[in-house]
Amino acid sequence: MLEGAAELWIDALRIADGTVRVAVPLILCAMAGLVSERSGIVDIGLEGKLLAGAFAAAAVASLTGSPWAGLGAALGVSAAFALLHGFAIITHRGEQIISGVAVNILAAGLTVVIGIALFRQGGQTPTLMPEQRFSPINLPGVESIGAIPWIGPLYAELISGHNLLVYVAFATVLGVWWMLYRTTFGLRLRAVGESPAAIDSAGVSVPWLRYRAVLIAGLLCGIAGAYLSTAHGSAFVRDMSAGKGFIALAAMILGKWRPGLAMVACLLFGFLETITPRLQGVEIPIIGEAPTALIPVLPYVFTVILLAGFFGRAVPPRALGTAYVKEH
Amino acid sequence: MNTLPRWVEILLIPLINLSLALCVAGVVIALVGEDPIRALSVMLKGAFVFSGGLGYTLYYTTNFIFTGLAVAVAFHAMLFNIGGEGQTTLGGLGVALICLALGGVLPGGVVILFAIAGAAAFGALWALIPGWLQAYRGSHIVITTIMFNFIAAGLMVWLLSGILRGGNQGSPQTNVFAEETWLPRLHEIVRGLGFDAASSPLNLSFVLALLACVGVWLLIWRTKFGYNLRALGHAPDAAASAGVAVPRMVVIAMAISGALAGCMALNEILGVQHKLVLNFSAGYGFTGIAVALMGRNHPVGIVMASLLFGALYQGGTELDFEFTSITREMVLVVQGLIILFSGALAYMITPWLIRIFAKGATRA
Repeated sequence: MLEGAAELWIDALRIADGTVRVAVPLILCAMAGLVSERSGIVDIGLEGKLLAGAFAAAAVASLTGSPWAGLGAALGVSAAFALLHGFAIITHRGEQIISGVAVNILAAGLTVVIGIALFRQGGQTPTLMPEQRFSPINLPGVESIGAIPWIGPLYAELISGHNLLVYVAFATVLGVWWMLYRTTFGLRLRAVGESPAAIDSAGVSVPWLRYRAVLIAGLLCGIAGAYLSTAHGSAFVRDMSAGKGFIALAAMILGKWRPGLAMVACLLFGFLETITPRLQGVEIPIIGEAPTALIPVLPYVFTVILLAGFFGRAVPPRALGTAYVKEH
Repeated sequence: MNTLPRWVEILLIPLINLSLALCVAGVVIALVGEDPIRALSVMLKGAFVFSGGLGYTLYYTTNFIFTGLAVAVAFHAMLFNIGGEGQTTLGGLGVALICLALGGVLPGGVVILFAIAGAAAFGALWALIPGWLQAYRGSHIVITTIMFNFIAAGLMVWLLSGILRGGNQGSPQTNVFAEETWLPRLHEIVRGLGFDAASSPLNLSFVLALLACVGVWLLIWRTKFGYNLRALGHAPDAAASAGVAVPRMVVIAMAISGALAGCMALNEILGVQHKLVLNFSAGYGFTGIAVALMGRNHPVGIVMASLLFGALYQGGTELDFEFTSITREMVLVVQGLIILFSGALAYMITPWLIRIFAKGATRA
């Protein structure tokens, strides 16, 4: 009896562990989108920045042998795309949606073109050696604490044994929360997303605030990209972002543009993805065989329903999507 | 302020944007270590000169006309329909359901007519829901249409691996439609008239696309509805106080937009594949944004921009054969750059063009 329960516990921990692994890039991108949108800038280019970051990380890690150099490249490339987005919509007041689409398409094309030119493997990077990746970190005391029944496995399986970027992702949620609600910069950032005119008349530069928001979004997507190709995976594969940037966008909306809630939404989506293979062929009463092919669709359906106000209400920042024209 | 001559707006600006995009792409090609001029000439030959090249170019053009028109109709009402992918996918579902149910039962021509209606209706439905949600529930159409793209893709995986999967199909796809429902290929028609023509997938839906252009032109510029639609796009508040039923217009505009995107499935599914397959929308819906931007949302411009993108796509496949280090993905780069220059950075070039032409005017 007790043995069965222990087994179930380990199984639950494995699912939780899988959830965390899948949720990490979503969390980082959702935080990126959140910072950007809180400043009034729509970012549907999360997907492209994530993809570009993943490519840059794997390519540079493969060429230099260092995951840190890869991470640096991911940050740089993703930030460059973010600044391009900023240049188009902050400096030139271009359409934010169109600029985001351009970022996504450019990233999809450039990663493959440069990938083929560099490695001649059909757009993939070579498989990375263990020392070229971010490897799991064993937290102190895993040996001794791990032996304790119940709590031990929780510590060893779920809390310890992830790579550095996983911990960075969760720290980012705290960091973004702290920045938004506990710093002057965060206060101004939220204000500029609601009423840029007020910020302007207070003598604070609207473009400079928004550029910094866009840049933060770029850096976070870069970390997420590095996670995909050099921590979670061990190579870049074309289109490896596979819609994660858009799922993150959905999670951010479901989380009502708040860091904690957005993280919960990301974990929920990660959980759905983790349990999908386990539900394959499972018979559910009345419905019959579980329609596992439809589970990946759920995040999007939830988002549509929430946005339509059928349960709860998600109110975006008031000035979201509009360029600010300074009055003279 | 905006005193640019019409030909500058319509011709020069798109040409400048295209040149900028091609220049940047050329730099990328040079950095990759290939000759940009040779790449361009390979693409041009592939698109227009090689046997069957033109047919393939026009076949791609057909897709872009439909998706470009779809984006443009919504643009006129200042709506961003970036759900072309999903609407096309659903259009394909409409075609497949009609052809599988009625193929062999009714005469081929009748089934084709129903299939056209099916493509339009299913595409319209998939755009109408986001339109309705924006008009009556206040959700943002961009986000909803993005979500609907993914929902459509998931739906298709579920259907094609389940109930719609053909009995003897190894991969997730339907059975092949009855042959009399296939849209005739244009080279067969031309050969039937006694001329020689190289084989290509170009089919009758190209003609349908051109008809759709005429239809959209009539609708937007020659009807009261179109007038209201443009009024809504220019000044929504003024349009509303002038008595335009804004929410209803939003829903109808999106439905028309979705119907046009859905019709792209006529080319791919009814004209070429003859069965429903996964991911046949293949990014054409997104390219529609670039097409509409370059074509200034006007049917004539859209045909020209579609021809350009058709040539880029067909020429791009030629890159795969001629070069080892550049591939058709180069076309994606060009496409992204065109969207960047003619869309996102649209206001970057205009100011100094205005300055140049203002100077010219004072001198004259």
